Amino acid sequence: MKGMHLPDIRMLLQGASPRSSEMFPELNNLLNTTPDKAEQGKLTLLCDARTDGSFLVHHFLSFYLKANCKVCFVALLQSFSHYNIVAQKLGVSLAAARERGQLVFLEGLKSSVDVFFQAQEDPHPLQFLREASAGNLQPLYEFVREALTPADNGEAAWRCPVLLVDDLSVLLSLGMGAVAVLDFVHYCRATVCCELKGNMVALVHDSGDAEDEENNTLLIGLSHQSHLILRTEGLATGFCKDVHGQLRILWRRPSQSTARRDRSLTFQYKIQDKNVSFFARGMSPAIL
Amino acid sequence: MAAVATCGAGAGGTESMAAATSKSNVTSFQRRGPRARGTDSGGPRLVSIAGTRPSVRNGQLLVSTGLPALDQLLGGGLAVGTVLLVEEDKYSIYSPLLFKYFLAEGIINGHTLLVASAKEDPADILQELPAPLLDDSCKKEFDEDVCNKKPESDIKMKIAWRYQLSPKMEVGPVTSSRFGHYYDVSKRIPRELIETSKWHGFFLPEKMSSADKVECCSLTPGYMKLLHFIQNIIYEEGFDGSNPQKKQRNILRIGIQSLGLPLWGDDVCCSENCDSSHSLSKFLYILRGLLRTSLSACIITMPTHLIQNKAIIARVTNLSDTVVALESFVGSERETNPLYKDYHGLIHIRQIPRLNNLICDESDVKDLAFKLKRKLFTIEPVLST
Repeated sequence: MKGMHLPDIRMLLQGASPRSSEMFPELNNLLNTTPDKAEQGKLTLLCDARTDGSFLVHHFLSFYLKANCKVCFVALLQSFSHYNIVAQKLGVSLAAARERGQLVFLEGLKSSVDVFFQAQEDPHPLQFLREASAGNLQPLYEFVREALTPADNGEAAWRCPVLLVDDLSVLLSLGMGAVAVLDFVHYCRATVCCELKGNMVALVHDSGDAEDEENNTLLIGLSHQSHLILRTEGLATGFCKDVHGQLRILWRRPSQSTARRDRSLTFQYKIQDKNVSFFARGMSPAIL
Repeated sequence: MAAVATCGAGAGGTESMAAATSKSNVTSFQRRGPRARGTDSGGPRLVSIAGTRPSVRNGQLLVSTGLPALDQLLGGGLAVGTVLLVEEDKYSIYSPLLFKYFLAEGIINGHTLLVASAKEDPADILQELPAPLLDDSCKKEFDEDVCNKKPESDIKMKIAWRYQLSPKMEVGPVTSSRFGHYYDVSKRIPRELIETSKWHGFFLPEKMSSADKVECCSLTPGYMKLLHFIQNIIYEEGFDGSNPQKKQRNILRIGIQSLGLPLWGDDVCCSENCDSSHSLSKFLYILRGLLRTSLSACIITMPTHLIQNKAIIARVTNLSDTVVALESFVGSERETNPLYKDYHGLIHIRQIPRLNNLICDESDVKDLAFKLKRKLFTIEPVLST
């Protein structure tokens, strides 16, 4: 890819970045991106295996809000206050973003209770929870489209729309088939990435040897469509206090042939209270 | 989420935790500052509920699991609004104990209980709860981690300074302002304690006999009924703060025994390709939604050793907050292993939630064994050579 250069290894070895509480500056360095020059029209796949990759979700949420993008966050896994408290550690207030219309937040846990116990008049994005047989995610797609399509007054208030989903594997647990979820992603990409020139970021768990076929189908299907894959893995050697896991970054060009090899980098990381530090494999500050 | 405003830095928080008991015997966490007393305005700044304490890490409100050793391993206790999933040991010998400790702790603290089971009548479960240990005699067996009280006896024990500031506990039934108690499984809980406590029972055979028309949905009817029952209690008794008539200042402790058994109408334990494969995970998701929006905490025991489809176990784990698995040595080859001769089984902390935080309190020690020693359930690291 033109214009890319490898991140400065010396900077990585020095440890924590001087700027504090601003998403994860080290991760921005690894991805060679900053909020002012975020790319557009991309699908980023977040994947975690044998570990918790949610710190990546928090990173991208605060990153795109700082980049002045309009964000639609389909938050299926945790409550609003959870994401808000973590975002504040990273220098962003979700409540304020929601107030000013920059953030549209679908709180899955709370909404599921509303839709499950009471018949709703209007179609609800999580309507499928009331259905007897596996349906489709069209209401959810409509919700996303309405949230991110700019208002008619023609003013471009925000930079570009971003759809963030945490996480898609939950949809499988709730009765959706892998095909239905892939359809949903396809429709969202068509609207958000192609039509509106925005970005999409989604997290999928890698169930590893748990033989979850539906999940594997989803993961493989998404991997082929993604421009960027961030894969976190627990260490093969087990728990370690100083190294929480390994992050593999894979840059892809989904539309082109694989004649040119995709570029990938691997780092190990340690999660701290307000930051995540990255280092080359075997170069943890604890052992140097 | 019942999130409490973050504790001040170290010293301030510790001092305020040693609060005096008020007339109603409610332990109150009083933060030093202009708004020192809890008010009924219901603002998120202060919550003063019996049997709870804020987490030192993120101010999250915690309740005790009824097993102080387990509380420590979970970072202080179980967060209000979350699910504790206990993977049952093979012959279901020890998991019922964890279930009972959780409920007994609720009774001692005056919490409301909701007990659900498909195989045992909740009234019977409550009769069999262990009796709390209210005297000091067995405390001396433990190290300084024990948070304890002194009765009238004037034996001065070497304990951490902050515990000396804690109010003295009355030796007698009911209220104790301590967080986490010890129980004697050889004795039953005094009947008066159960009679004065508030509890709701959900016994599946009774509930299924009534011919209510339940709206068709991909959940098995048993799970549907249970969800509606729980939601009803939460709303009617004001645990979610939505009912203007009821100002609830108490915790609802929900205990669901052996979820997933065929008795619930679910075939997840019967075959690998089950028809209702999403029923259990959907149930958990909605349940967690209910918990997150109310002042409640839930323990679920599940016979995961019977579930053949590993994908379901993975999904269930992802949908739970805290997951603990018990592995007993009964009938296994480890029974004769000299390394484990002092223990009854292993306890695995499979998952601890990261709530309001990027990190969680993972214990460094991963090999933990438990034993049921005379009266008490202890957890220790396995000492390997």
